Amino acid sequence: MGDILVITEHLKGEFQDITFEMLGKAKELAGVAGGQCVAVTFGSMSGKAGELGAADFVISVGGSDDFNPESYASAVQSVVSAKSPSLVMVGSTSMGMDIANSVATALNMPTVSYCADMSASGSGFSVTSSMYGGKMNVVTNVDGSAVAMVLAGAFNAETGKSAGSPSVEDFSAESGDGKIRFKQLIEPEAADVDITQSDILVAVGRGIGSKDDIELAEELAEVLDADLACSRPLVDAGWMSKAHQVGKSGMKVKPKVYIALGISGAPEHIEGMKSSSTIIAINSDKNAPIFDVAHYGMAEDLFDVVEELVEELE
Amino acid sequence: MKIVVPLNQVPDLVEDLEVDASGKALDTEDIKFKLNEFDDHALEEAILLKESGAADEVVAMAVESDGADKMLFTAIAKGADKAVKLTGGNPGDSHQLGKAFANALGSEGFDMVFTGVQSVDDRDGQLGPIVASYLGAPCVSVVSGVSVSGGSAVVHKEYSGGMMGEFEVDMPAVLGIQAAKQAPRYAPVSKIRQVQETASIEEVSMGDLGSGSGSSVASMAPPAKGSGAEMLDDVEDLIEVLKDKGVI
Repeated sequence: MGDILVITEHLKGEFQDITFEMLGKAKELAGVAGGQCVAVTFGSMSGKAGELGAADFVISVGGSDDFNPESYASAVQSVVSAKSPSLVMVGSTSMGMDIANSVATALNMPTVSYCADMSASGSGFSVTSSMYGGKMNVVTNVDGSAVAMVLAGAFNAETGKSAGSPSVEDFSAESGDGKIRFKQLIEPEAADVDITQSDILVAVGRGIGSKDDIELAEELAEVLDADLACSRPLVDAGWMSKAHQVGKSGMKVKPKVYIALGISGAPEHIEGMKSSSTIIAINSDKNAPIFDVAHYGMAEDLFDVVEELVEELE
Repeated sequence: MKIVVPLNQVPDLVEDLEVDASGKALDTEDIKFKLNEFDDHALEEAILLKESGAADEVVAMAVESDGADKMLFTAIAKGADKAVKLTGGNPGDSHQLGKAFANALGSEGFDMVFTGVQSVDDRDGQLGPIVASYLGAPCVSVVSGVSVSGGSAVVHKEYSGGMMGEFEVDMPAVLGIQAAKQAPRYAPVSKIRQVQETASIEEVSMGDLGSGSGSSVASMAPPAKGSGAEMLDDVEDLIEVLKDKGVI
């Protein structure tokens, strides 16, 4: 069995959680299947190799500390070409999306997206993808070299966080043709609310139906002294501002109580709120995946429930 | 400048999804399909660039299927200049789909391709980077916000926590669009009907689709229900929970 490569991810000089989530799993898989668990770092991040103790060794491709879709993908492609790993683990993240299929397509390898679980199986790996907004689990058996795009939060980051002193191999990688140039990192605009600090959140999703109906959720938030949050579609529709968005490209929140109204529970949303102490979900679709992560649920029309609740509480 | 937007249909997740007799695929008999919401954003961003004068032409492209004609006429009703339907094949995964679009893009010509950033059914990977790789074009995914000057585009790529990276990209390029600058527009049914009567869809052969991703589905099933949520019967129960958790 070949090695397992973990493509690390960093932002502003810090390894992101997805790095440790993948490393922990890669170490476990390598332990069963054989081969080594290898972390690939970019820019000056090899200087923090001591945080990557779960890896047997580190390959540093150097280059810029600033992510660049073209140069990072080119570098990974060089490493994969040279090392012929049995598995390449890439985050199912903004950065990972620029790397995974660029490399896999160029090298004629299969990609398996939305990985929620992985195990060693026979001479390869069995990968479970959470597809169709979390409504179906799809199992792919990969045998031979493949790229897996791992959902953030699928594996425990603590498992992959161990200090150590893995050796670092400096690798001279390709960096592409310079068709994409990094300009700057843009910080989020200052907002009137920081939902990562809220004790109680009332979160609305697509089920709210229209912009005007958000008012009802606002009323509930007021009665409960909660802050208002939302899922991605409401931001894309221009109904709520980005500062309220929970999920993959939004905020990670862990309030004491998270009340999800009309949120189906796509993996991208779950990623941002599953650490909440208590999750209460109200959704008219009794099969909505949100009920799998919620502690309490009501499969009812959210308008009926919220109107009655506000009335009772007032 | 010419922007081509590949459009794809995905199962409407509002539906109850079931697995077919093979145990490896969705039972598509009774489910509704709709335009991938990210493709809708890609189309909107392209039309906005045209309306602002930055782009001259928007071409909507789709692989032939039951709803393809309606999807393409709707794109024209929204503001696309031309519709192209790819015929003569049945792409089985994102790699073959990417190959079909790359083949057609080669003959159609383009300055930019806007794909939806992802799709709920793309087990095999995101279309944008796959198409870009076949075309040898640069690609940026998770883009919200595109502006154009001269031979390059300036794009904002979303990271987590509201952070964004700004990049300059040489054209021709492929962008995986997460969100348009504004919510995708609706086309009134009357306008779509009018377009159906007056506009035409150009048909192009999708050509050689290659060997595909090299991986196949072993099984498909709805996620096993864990202990899941404790289901509450009425608002009284809900109020009890809120009291218990110290919310009220």
